[in-house]
Amino acid sequence: MADNKFAAYICSGCGIGDAIKVPQLENIAKKEGKMAIIKSHHFLCNAEGVQMINDDIEKEGVTHVCIAACSRRAKTEAFHFPTVAMSRANLREGVLWVVAAGKDHDEVRQEMAADYVRMGCAEVKKMTQPSGNVKESSNKRILVVGGGMSGMTAALEIAETGYEVVLVEKTGALGGMAAKLYKRQPFKDPYAEAQDTGVAEMVARIAATPLIKVHLNATIGETAGAPGRFVIQVAQESGSVTEETVGAIVQATGFTTYDMAKLPELGGGQPNVVDQAGLEALARQANGGAIKRADGKEVKSVVFVQCAGQRDDTGTHLSYCSGHCCGTSIKQATYFKDQNPDIDTVVMYQDLRVPGMGEDFYRSAQQKGVIFTKGKASKVTGGDSCNVTFRDLILDEENTIPADLVVLATGQVPNAGVDLEAWNPVVTAAEGGDEAAKVQRDAMRTTSVLKLDYRQGPDMPQFKHGFADSHFICFPYETRRTGIYAAGPVRRPMDIAQATDDATGAALKAIQAVENAAVGRAAHPRSGDLSFPTARLEGCTQCKRCTVECPFGAIDEDERRFPKFNEERCRRCGTCMGACPVRVISFENYSVDTVGSQVKAVEVPDEDEEKPRILVLACENDAYPALDMAGLARMNYSAFVRVIPVRCLGSVNTIWISDALNSGYDGVMMMGCKKGDDYQCHFVKGSELAHYRMSKIGDTLKQLGLEEERVQTLEVAITDSARVVKLINDYVAELDKIGPSPLKGFG
Amino acid sequence: MTASTVATAQTILVVGGGISGMTAALEAAECGKQVILVEKTPVLGGRTARLYRYFPKMCHPTCGLEINLRRLKSNRNVRLMTMTEVTAVSGSRGNYSVTLKVAPRYVTEDCTACGKCSEAVSAEVPNPWNYGLDNLKAAYLPHGMAYPQRYVIDPSIVGTPEGEKAKAACPVGAVNLEMQEETVTLQVGALIWATGWRPYDAAKIQPYGYDRFPNVVTSLEFERMADPHGPTGGKILRPGDGKEAKNVAFIQCAGSRDENHLRHCSRICCMASLKQTQYVREAFGDQGKSTVYYIDIRAIDRFEDFYQMVQKDATVSFVKSKVARIAENKENGNPILHGVDTEGYKRYATEHDLVVLAVGMEPEITGVKLPDDVILDSSNFIEGSKDMGMFGAGAASSPLDVNRAVQSATAASLRAIQVIHKSASTEAA
Repeated sequence: MADNKFAAYICSGCGIGDAIKVPQLENIAKKEGKMAIIKSHHFLCNAEGVQMINDDIEKEGVTHVCIAACSRRAKTEAFHFPTVAMSRANLREGVLWVVAAGKDHDEVRQEMAADYVRMGCAEVKKMTQPSGNVKESSNKRILVVGGGMSGMTAALEIAETGYEVVLVEKTGALGGMAAKLYKRQPFKDPYAEAQDTGVAEMVARIAATPLIKVHLNATIGETAGAPGRFVIQVAQESGSVTEETVGAIVQATGFTTYDMAKLPELGGGQPNVVDQAGLEALARQANGGAIKRADGKEVKSVVFVQCAGQRDDTGTHLSYCSGHCCGTSIKQATYFKDQNPDIDTVVMYQDLRVPGMGEDFYRSAQQKGVIFTKGKASKVTGGDSCNVTFRDLILDEENTIPADLVVLATGQVPNAGVDLEAWNPVVTAAEGGDEAAKVQRDAMRTTSVLKLDYRQGPDMPQFKHGFADSHFICFPYETRRTGIYAAGPVRRPMDIAQATDDATGAALKAIQAVENAAVGRAAHPRSGDLSFPTARLEGCTQCKRCTVECPFGAIDEDERRFPKFNEERCRRCGTCMGACPVRVISFENYSVDTVGSQVKAVEVPDEDEEKPRILVLACENDAYPALDMAGLARMNYSAFVRVIPVRCLGSVNTIWISDALNSGYDGVMMMGCKKGDDYQCHFVKGSELAHYRMSKIGDTLKQLGLEEERVQTLEVAITDSARVVKLINDYVAELDKIGPSPLKGFG
Repeated sequence: MTASTVATAQTILVVGGGISGMTAALEAAECGKQVILVEKTPVLGGRTARLYRYFPKMCHPTCGLEINLRRLKSNRNVRLMTMTEVTAVSGSRGNYSVTLKVAPRYVTEDCTACGKCSEAVSAEVPNPWNYGLDNLKAAYLPHGMAYPQRYVIDPSIVGTPEGEKAKAACPVGAVNLEMQEETVTLQVGALIWATGWRPYDAAKIQPYGYDRFPNVVTSLEFERMADPHGPTGGKILRPGDGKEAKNVAFIQCAGSRDENHLRHCSRICCMASLKQTQYVREAFGDQGKSTVYYIDIRAIDRFEDFYQMVQKDATVSFVKSKVARIAENKENGNPILHGVDTEGYKRYATEHDLVVLAVGMEPEITGVKLPDDVILDSSNFIEGSKDMGMFGAGAASSPLDVNRAVQSATAASLRAIQVIHKSASTEAA
């Protein structure tokens, strides 16, 4: 393009100029990099150096800048040129600090620096500064699915911030499970007494808030579109359908209580054995007076059995703990004690879990005379007089307590909709023509909460135990469906205090999502990224790999069965680009070419020079920082490696591997984040996909006459600075034994 | 920086640059709001960055830190001020005047982190990153992922020959020993107090002998010991004699749930100790032995999975007991735990190689005079402010694990945004 002007700036500061010949690098930038302007500076990041670059951009019309200096992770405040495309050749952390010092290494150090300059120039020439995808109009209304404590909180908080809400609730009234409580646990100092739930007040506030539109007796009939342009079919119980358009979705569909009937050994189903929800109903009926059981008798003794059907490691019941139930039983015990201190209340627990300031509530209950017994109930019989048989873990003996009423603290089962792990094989079979599978798929679809018409399935992925959560520790809202945020017990077992905080956080993320969608900005983790994938459909073979492999369900199929990219659903990881066997997918500033041209820009010495070349594709989230930190610590690794950061190993296209091997590289190392159950990959499946794709590469290597060892896929953590150095050095030694690539000189 | 000219009633001030403060600042900035983030130490990251691994995934805090730093680097809506503390707040919701004290770092923004000042200096100071378990040079970069990536000169060498050495060594003239403490006044619309927590002083738990016995350490010190980037290179060694500590006792609720110390439960310590038993396993395999002395194991909600996994580890055992006191075997330096195993009421006097006190979290601002408007509960956690313009976030508001702290910070961010939206519409009206 005639308008492009490429410039390279080489810093000789930080000792770079002492150990590396900068004039030679300038020459390379000119002759091989074909840069129009080449300058060097002894302290490029200081005000003068930065001004020099800014002047060239303003006055010389520079549109593309290659900065050969420190790592792209350093001096970001100084090297901030938002109007131009920029590449950064890592001469400091990547060469100066990691190549062994001394004259003996001058030659290989210079070669490494020279290659990085070639790579930086090659990369920037293939980059375009992303312009974003500003929409003419974008919807900023937010849908909240579920009108319980979490949903109502989200709705009120969103409205309070000035945005419109559509609140859909499946029953005839707002309030959810919280509305059925007599009181809630205390959530403020002095944490001594149960409190009013606040549900009535919230319902009234919602009714008085014009920004919130409520649909009762309604479920979601269909969700189509993407952030900024979701089209929702709200299905009323009556049969009519209302269409709503929204920009983001908060799923606050809550929980149901674990079915007591599954606990016959604990008296489930027998008279005068209730669960916590059942006790709340009795307390509401009593309304401060004596609590009576179903047969009308006043309860004079009650036993609370904790962890009923939970914390079960036999696989029979829920394996998790629901978090709120100890506090809830304490609260319920005080319902009795507050009304009549002579009522016997026993809480039978395995671990009494009242974290934080809940400890004061526990003290308050003890002061009121509630008895706490550490015991595991083995048998409960209901009836006119109930009996709880348990192993008293303190006295180390079996015992039986009689009671008028037994309350089982059962767990929260999330209303998360369809489990995609179960859904996917059924859909595959149905698409293959299996009639029974078609029936099953349609039946499963009716249980879906969101009814997304995404190719990847109708609900959010459930990762563990049926909860809609991605399980990131640092990023609880790093959702797997962009613009759709789960909040409250559907995401993780929790009490009301947590649920209100969670819903408020989800409200913020939903607001952020609608603002981002309007201007084409990416959500976490590539927050602020304006690039997004486009595809040259003329070359597409409709293999569907991009669509299926996208970890975020961002790609649909159009009527002609071509992939339809929904920029607003995209997280910019590039997994689609890595998946495409015909390489038609790319981003403006990250493409098959931006990386491929770097691979090919490296000068590969002939076999007799005994200077191997190893390509390292390092995930920018963990592996590249680990390499930088190895440099910061002045750990040395082989000067024969050439490191290229990638957005995610999932974005690695096999053409880069073949390009490297065909060019005579001796080995390729892919370093990415941990996969599996305790995965670290910020794009969920990227690392896993890379490992899977590379496992298939063995045949290709054999055809080329290359040993399997020449391509390695490794899991690396960000703290592995010492380990990555060892991995690289060991690999170089291994390749030395195997011998140079037979493909040298043919590239 | 001349923040006073750019901060307005539409600016949100976040106090504290740990994971909660960074999150609150970033979330607001990514909604398009102007944020000033102040941090009293030289770097961002707070206490979580000093952990070796997080429960339950046993992953590394610096992984999340890298993502947050990347978000920060690419978002000009957040202005960062380190070495900075809040000294006064006046005004009301939507219109506060905040006075900040900026301590001198003695190193300017020109610093390229080349490390030459550190090489030149020989004086050492206790390493704050490792809770003083080792020393580092008095001209230092706090840690490998320090952001801002700028060295620090410890005040103890300023005005001494060591200070001059550091200055002379700097190739870009970034060492300025004349730097003074600065006072900055800002106008902001809302404040988020993300000041975090500090470990309860274990020396106050007299029967446990933390101040008398070298082989009694806190969970935070143990965490540093297990970290390969820590003071012992990841080797679990007894401070007393440097021998390997294979038989480790964990005392839960050390100073928590206690009317004499912290009344509240600090929530994370059960999971932290369970996590640390796996450090013992990582170091010693089947030769290691961990004993957890507990009142209740609070592996709450989904953390139960982790507890079940640890229970299956044959090298880990659990004793339901609040340890009464610790004595020391004078011959070998082994701590001896005295107490009653309440499951069966058996008295014990058990020797271990090392005792780890799972100390509680108390708010960092305990004892600090906060603006009158701030509402504190009986444990000094921040509940909010009377005029609802200031909010607590993260461990400053409640003892929280990382996931819940980030949740809390995200919520606080929204509440702050609501305040500045309201004041904007009032101004426009």
